[in-house]
Amino acid sequence: MKFAVIAFPGSNCDRDMYRAVANVLGADADLLWYETANLDNYDAILLPGGFSYGDYLRTGAIAATSNVMQQVKKHAAKGKPVLGVCNGFQILTESELLPGALLRNKNLSFMCHQEVLTVKNNQTMFTTAYNEGETIQLPIAHGEGNYYCDEATLQELIEHKQIVFTYQNNPNGSIENIAGIVNREGNVLGMMPHPERAVEQLLGSADGLRLFQSLIHNWRETYVANA
Amino acid sequence: MLQTHEISPEQIENEALYKEMGLNDEEYKMVKHILQRRPNYTETGIFSVMWSEHCSYKSSKPLLKKFPTKAPHVLQGPGEGAGIIDIGDEQAVVFKVESHNHPSAVEPYQGAATGVGGIIRDVFSMGARPIALLNSLRFGPLTNERTKYLFSGVVDGIAGYGNCVGVPTVGGEVQFDDCYQENPLVNAMCVGLIKHDDIQKGVAAGVGNTVLYAGAPTGRDGIHGATFASDDLAEDSLKDRPAVQVGDPFMEKLLIEACLEVIQSDALVGMQDMGAAGLTSSASEMASKAGTGLEMNLDHVPQREANMTAYELMLSESQERMLLVVKKGREQEIIEVFRKYGLQAVAVGEVIEEKTFRIFQHGKLMADIPVDALAEEAPVYHLPAKEAAYFQAFQQMKQEVPVVKDHAHMFKQLLQQPTIASKEWVYDQYDSMVQTNTVVTPGSDAAVVRIQGTNKSLAMTTDCNSRYIYLDPETGGKIAVAEAARNIICSGAKPLGLTDGLNFGNPTNPEVFWQMEKSVEGMVAASETLATPVISGNVSLYNQSGGKAIFPTPVVGMVGLHESLDHITSSFFQQAGDRIYVIGETACDFGGSELQRLMQGKYAGKAPQINLDVEKKRQDQLLTAIQQGVVSSAHDVAEGGLAVALAESLFAEHTLGATVQLSGDPTVMLFSETQSRFLVTVPENKQENFVHIVEDAVEIGKVTTDKHLTISINEQEYVSESVALLQAQWKGAIPCMLKTKA
Repeated sequence: MKFAVIAFPGSNCDRDMYRAVANVLGADADLLWYETANLDNYDAILLPGGFSYGDYLRTGAIAATSNVMQQVKKHAAKGKPVLGVCNGFQILTESELLPGALLRNKNLSFMCHQEVLTVKNNQTMFTTAYNEGETIQLPIAHGEGNYYCDEATLQELIEHKQIVFTYQNNPNGSIENIAGIVNREGNVLGMMPHPERAVEQLLGSADGLRLFQSLIHNWRETYVANA
Repeated sequence: MLQTHEISPEQIENEALYKEMGLNDEEYKMVKHILQRRPNYTETGIFSVMWSEHCSYKSSKPLLKKFPTKAPHVLQGPGEGAGIIDIGDEQAVVFKVESHNHPSAVEPYQGAATGVGGIIRDVFSMGARPIALLNSLRFGPLTNERTKYLFSGVVDGIAGYGNCVGVPTVGGEVQFDDCYQENPLVNAMCVGLIKHDDIQKGVAAGVGNTVLYAGAPTGRDGIHGATFASDDLAEDSLKDRPAVQVGDPFMEKLLIEACLEVIQSDALVGMQDMGAAGLTSSASEMASKAGTGLEMNLDHVPQREANMTAYELMLSESQERMLLVVKKGREQEIIEVFRKYGLQAVAVGEVIEEKTFRIFQHGKLMADIPVDALAEEAPVYHLPAKEAAYFQAFQQMKQEVPVVKDHAHMFKQLLQQPTIASKEWVYDQYDSMVQTNTVVTPGSDAAVVRIQGTNKSLAMTTDCNSRYIYLDPETGGKIAVAEAARNIICSGAKPLGLTDGLNFGNPTNPEVFWQMEKSVEGMVAASETLATPVISGNVSLYNQSGGKAIFPTPVVGMVGLHESLDHITSSFFQQAGDRIYVIGETACDFGGSELQRLMQGKYAGKAPQINLDVEKKRQDQLLTAIQQGVVSSAHDVAEGGLAVALAESLFAEHTLGATVQLSGDPTVMLFSETQSRFLVTVPENKQENFVHIVEDAVEIGKVTTDKHLTISINEQEYVSESVALLQAQWKGAIPCMLKTKA
């Protein structure tokens, strides 16, 4: 299984994401510059955090218009996994690969600390290594992580079990304490907390590891087992 | 306001217009002598910024020479963008602190943001990847509405810039005192990591090589910023808002990546950021260091606005710009790298043999100045010093124990003083974890950042208790260095060296200069004894307004090395059953203490004394004990004394408590700020080893599971409080003050 980590101008968690997958998990991964990226030979796309295009206009709005996102959309349409973390999540909502939007935090300040989350849905390709209802700890670091969607969308998210992670102590005002959601098909996950920052106990938590392990495991089950 | 149309050299002399730019009569005469003619308008501007205190260190140079700057592990001392220290494995650590005080006083967000941007550029211009940011902030009392605005704005600016560029802000300090009301201090420190082979210098070597301008275009912002920074803040300083630069962290992020990529190319000869005095200082310093000259055509400089004059282009402090010297014929390779990141890189000049700095615009020679005249031959002043009038009076005062009626109440009050209270409101706004190396996040004695691919990590801290330095500059200077080293030691690392951010008032006041001289002498003595060479620094003078200077505030930024990740030690108590020790005796030291401020609203008397040999011995012994694995936690005893240190050690989790027995005067034992003390916990089965290594340790109690802090003195209970309650008060103090209307 091969991962592509896409770096936009202003991405700043691209190396961290690459390192988590390539060095800590030992998976096959490449760090690709958005302009020259060709995603044809990759199995999973990782959109890292940061401030793509300086967060100018709206967070994620400019990156969403880039050519590489057209490739990401095609990739997603094939049912292949796409993970967007933090700014990556914002790019996914701006690209309409995920519903809703991320507003400024309720207190209007950037915030960075460990948060306690609940795994709401462990049936996605990203979460099978977790238990349903399990409590995990991941860091957050964002100024605009306040997830919002209209009532109808929220009902759909609930109905189709698209809410994957929720905050136990909602830090930013997100509707329904939402920290991460998947698309209806379950192959595009966007989340504000940083699993790539939680892959070593030395740095405070290793709870993010199982997210990547789930992906690798499920990909093998689907593709290698059937091959 | 300065006029920007061309004024004749005669007019400049006859109307003494050079004074408006910051040159005095004597300096103007020197300029005339150097040029053998009258300087034109552009040249007068160039001399005035290059000879400003901010760029030339003209009144602090004689003091800076006293610092110990050499050691076998120092690869680069003061003089380049930042200092460099070897950490083994062909790697080195690069660091420097810089002030942005005056800009932050008039425009807190941009002032602080561009301060962060500038110090990051100093580090990556050396070829290093910036891996951590710290800061040291001073404000007036938090009860004042303007202080709240400045404080929030500065924190927001640091966050806005640092978070976006992807360099974690891992530590810092904030203190509040009346003297900073009009003149807050914003010092930012950046730490970088570099391979020995990648070390770059800011030199314009190789006659015929091309000078490249890279990054943001030049606008009219920040013109004469260095001069603005070299004068007292006046009532009308708000009109100087245009002298404050505006930062674009997105541009900086692109510039970091592009420059670090360019460094891998052997087409690059030298690189320097355009900081204070912009194009003028970067170009002339690069040439001066290389012993060459430089010719530049300003028509090629990317410009943000139309019709900019040579004067404006040379003096602009627009942000996110770099100057590079590149091998002739290989410009395109470098330009391509910048293009990848969407950045402009343009050839603007050439290195020449003649040691002169020649500027052309629209086909006309606009400036022709001998290179060394600007950098090396800047005037140096040996200013008169006079012992401050208050000093002898303070020295004569008796050491008295303040009369405290209710110690438990006072203890809780102390925990809520903004200087002691939790700074979570501040550091929660900083991304402290990006780059995924931060092992110890803000809120501990020192931050710890691991070095990927090794089993090592770096400890880093900023410290300065200016109250002690005000009372007794020499002793206070020693304490500032010693306290920084204490914090590094408590984290389990060996101090490597320091960077100093010297913030003082107007040096032409002999009493201020005396404070500078004495505090530097104190720092020199401590740096020598504690083996922490000074590898870089910054001087910020004229920090005063209305004739009132700030307390002398020489901030110490220190970096240490953990040879093994196993040595990383927390400042928080770790497990119930551990024994609590205090290293060092406690005396009656209330001069400059938090208790004195709280009870008397001012500082007086003697600063706590410090014996550097004792300090060194205790630091060495504690580090040995940590390295041998017999210490669970270590915390330095600082503001608020032992009681506060005990409480802070419990504020990590809600799961532990402590029971402590002391003997002596209760006020002294709880709140005295005697120096060279450490609060340490040791597992029961390691006690014997510990006391064998650490001579001056006294057992005072035990870590418990009851989530309660109990302190008895002379077998009488003085403090018995729930840790959760104490922590809530300590944590809530700053957010509460910010919300309360005056």
